[in-house]
Amino acid sequence: MLNSIVAFLNGGAGGGGGSFESIATSTLGTDTQSVTFSSIPSTYVALQLRIRGNSNGGPKITFNSNGTGYSEHRLVGNGATASAGGSTGNADFGNQGALVPGGGGGLSGQLTAYILDIHDYQSTTKNKTIRTISGFDANGSGSIRLGSGLWANTAAINTIKIDSDTGSVWYAGTVFSLYGIKGA
Amino acid sequence: MPATYEPIATATLGSAAASITFSSIPATYTDLRLVVVATASTGTSENLRFNSDTGTNYSRTRITGNGSTAASFGITNADSIVGFNGISTTIPALFTADIFSYANNTNKTVLYTENTDRNGSGIVEYGVGLWRNTSAITNVSISTGSGTFNTGTTATLYGIKNA
Repeated sequence: MLNSIVAFLNGGAGGGGGSFESIATSTLGTDTQSVTFSSIPSTYVALQLRIRGNSNGGPKITFNSNGTGYSEHRLVGNGATASAGGSTGNADFGNQGALVPGGGGGLSGQLTAYILDIHDYQSTTKNKTIRTISGFDANGSGSIRLGSGLWANTAAINTIKIDSDTGSVWYAGTVFSLYGIKGA
Repeated sequence: MPATYEPIATATLGSAAASITFSSIPATYTDLRLVVVATASTGTSENLRFNSDTGTNYSRTRITGNGSTAASFGITNADSIVGFNGISTTIPALFTADIFSYANNTNKTVLYTENTDRNGSGIVEYGVGLWRNTSAITNVSISTGSGTFNTGTTATLYGIKNA
């Protein structure tokens, strides 16, 4: 009784407007310890960081090269158990915190996907709150993680560093994309 | 600066249908985002497939809350990435799927959400899915596990392009 509605795509519907803009992208040509987005303009109301790839340790995210004031809460599912956790007084976001650790295995197998949202990143009066969703599935193992985090700092964010653990790397081919979202 | 987040196509059902398919998807974006608002004829699920692949090449890990219990499940060797099983006949369920690097030559990772509340029952679900296929995605379909999507169900496919 299949009765499909098929929407054909002929060059796209076009005209999405300029509210969601690509700021910068980094695609790793070699295994790399960290990636940094710097000189982020303050002209947006929110940022979204999207990552697709893998590392063998981390990830860890910091703002403005600052290593203090990070706390987080997380909700985690590993395919069998749902759990929750949190931590305070951290030097960064990630690494068992708001972001799921890399799925491992280079880029030949399952890849980890991350979406990190930061609202009011440009404010000089507000502490910064982030929201994350991240996960990987390896057809028999996996992890889905929802996170919220606080950077207790009212400085405008102009630099984002995405690091991996000491001695670890982001694998070649991993893609880091930073987007800006404009207000009305 | 060129548009980064574009609606590629929208389908709104004028009559009940068992599936909605977007085909001939251009490879010019970085990621895809599918947004579906659906009601259905029965308490069915929403099944996401790529390139008409109905083989057992999908898997997922998910976390769910039903108003009283939080749980996590993993499914291996499935024939689709399945959203919440139990779409209402009258109250819309929201399903979103972020399909990362859909046009590249690695296996495909999807972050998806399923949300519905029926004032006494409902579910919130977040999941990560894997399609074990290195082909570029040119076709995305969302179908019911049984029954049909109701008239008025909408599905929009967006393209997200990085710098």
